[in-house]
Amino acid sequence: MTAYSAEQWEAGYRRRRAMNRLMTGVMVLATAMAVIPLFLILFYLIRNGIGGINLDLFTQDPNRPGRVGGGVKSALMGSGIMVGLAVAMGVPVAVGCGVFLAEFGQNRAGLVMRFLVDVLAGIPSITVGLFVYGLIVLPQKQFTAFAGAVALAIIFVPIVARITEEMVLLVPRSLREAAYALGAPRWKTVLRVILPTAVPGIVTGVMLALSRIAGEAAPLLFTALGNQFSSTDVFHAMDALPLRIFVYATGPYDYWHEQAWAMSLILVGIILAISLIVRTLFGTRVTVRQ
Amino acid sequence: MATRDLPVNPPRTALKNRLKPGDWLFTGIVALAAAVVVIIIIGLFYELTDRAMPSIRAFGLSFIWDTTWDPPKQQFGAGAFIIGTLITAVVALFMATAVGVLVALFLVEVASPRISRPVSYLVELLAAIPSVVYGLWGVFVLGPFIRDQFGPVLVDYLGWIPIFDGTPLITGLFSAIVILSVMILPTVMAVSRDVIAAVPRSQREGILALGATRWEMIRISILPYARSGILGAAVLGLARAVGETLAVTLVIGNRAAIPGTIFDPAYTMASVIANQFAEVENDMHRAALLEVALVLLIMTFLINVAARLLIWRVTRGQRVVVLE
Repeated sequence: MTAYSAEQWEAGYRRRRAMNRLMTGVMVLATAMAVIPLFLILFYLIRNGIGGINLDLFTQDPNRPGRVGGGVKSALMGSGIMVGLAVAMGVPVAVGCGVFLAEFGQNRAGLVMRFLVDVLAGIPSITVGLFVYGLIVLPQKQFTAFAGAVALAIIFVPIVARITEEMVLLVPRSLREAAYALGAPRWKTVLRVILPTAVPGIVTGVMLALSRIAGEAAPLLFTALGNQFSSTDVFHAMDALPLRIFVYATGPYDYWHEQAWAMSLILVGIILAISLIVRTLFGTRVTVRQ
Repeated sequence: MATRDLPVNPPRTALKNRLKPGDWLFTGIVALAAAVVVIIIIGLFYELTDRAMPSIRAFGLSFIWDTTWDPPKQQFGAGAFIIGTLITAVVALFMATAVGVLVALFLVEVASPRISRPVSYLVELLAAIPSVVYGLWGVFVLGPFIRDQFGPVLVDYLGWIPIFDGTPLITGLFSAIVILSVMILPTVMAVSRDVIAAVPRSQREGILALGATRWEMIRISILPYARSGILGAAVLGLARAVGETLAVTLVIGNRAAIPGTIFDPAYTMASVIANQFAEVENDMHRAALLEVALVLLIMTFLINVAARLLIWRVTRGQRVVVLE
């Protein structure tokens, strides 16, 4: 081993400390770089979108292409209906699946099941759209809001199932034991004691998953298709906010672009509001990625 | 992390005597809900394979590398789309991982909770913005910036490298890569953060006691320990980038050819489906697009499986929910 003189050691130590400071700086820089895009996007959303928000936007259907004016009532209504329908279909399956994972999933079968749920959550939404197209739209020879809602529900289920599982597992064991001690059968324990305790967490998950599917356009492209008239008929084509943003963003008219920004501002506003409310109310660390 | 109690089964003897009919019904119902998920996954593969059959029969395996995409002549190969997908996703992944891991290290090892919690939340908010909004921003803000300011500078300095010697436009590979990097950053950051936080305390304390600086601690004991988990985070980001549809469709320029420079317009698998499926020219065109979807499905499936196995290796024992 080489012996170090005090000076050599000192120089080495200075170099190591400089390296440490440099890398800390790089980390801070990277963090700044990561946060900046969010503010850039929000800034342009507000700057370009605020001018397009007016009463007509909410109360009028889109005009014939090329005629300035009109609104996007059809898209707002359609998004509301399809997201609502998807949540209604998805919640029972998702909560059931989550309870299954938590209650009966502490074994090899549960591991596989959990894995499958995660895999389903990772499947691209466009392929989900094509699946539902083949499953519902082609046989019926009709684009329907119902098909759109099914596609959204397929994206919704794995997210809520996993959150439900986590929330059920968070319920203290003592509650369960107390119920058993009073002679309650398992089903009653789960339905009357465990699930009610887990409800706030499950609601959080539902809200976050809801805000995720509200922004999805890919699964609706070939299922709900879009419609320039307001419609409540779920067995025909229906409009949705993300679909209309897509159409307007690629279109040639300036007022379309302005309305696309306005719709995006509304959509992102709703999504961020849900995220903030959920976070302040429940303070959960669970986040859902688009 | 909060401790979790696993559900206890009722005592055996009690179970035998008092298993109510309700329990069977209850078990049946939740098992059915779980079965729905399995059915959906099997259905996805079956339905897409079935509908893509004409194309699979006609073009066989060469569909994957053939780059001819000619709807009128009914000649189809997904090679150009697969290449476009891989280029955009992999390059975006490298950029997002470089930044994401540094951010994760900052949040876990450097910043105090008062800083790391809000910053962490802000980065994760990036994931809450819908794909189509990214696309809109890409077309009207990022695209013009790349065409007018950033692109020309890049060509000036790096133009001697063939792949940079192009004409920056609003849409093209480069725009898609930048958008994708931002979109998968929160995924890579959040998973890396959880993985790094899961590195045992003893790993840190051991090397600090030997006199290491913080960076040396990160380099010598944290990164090697978290390596496979960070790789998993990156691969999960890859799965997301590969399947990303609308943002990419809006900014990639949509041209069915192998790009020569990073400014050229291209196509990804997801974007060609989004762009052409509504206006298919013939049945074979539709079947070919469905086969593209099938290839995409298989690709993301395999990537997801790999990612989760890698993450599981590091966080085994701890429950980390990764929702994609």
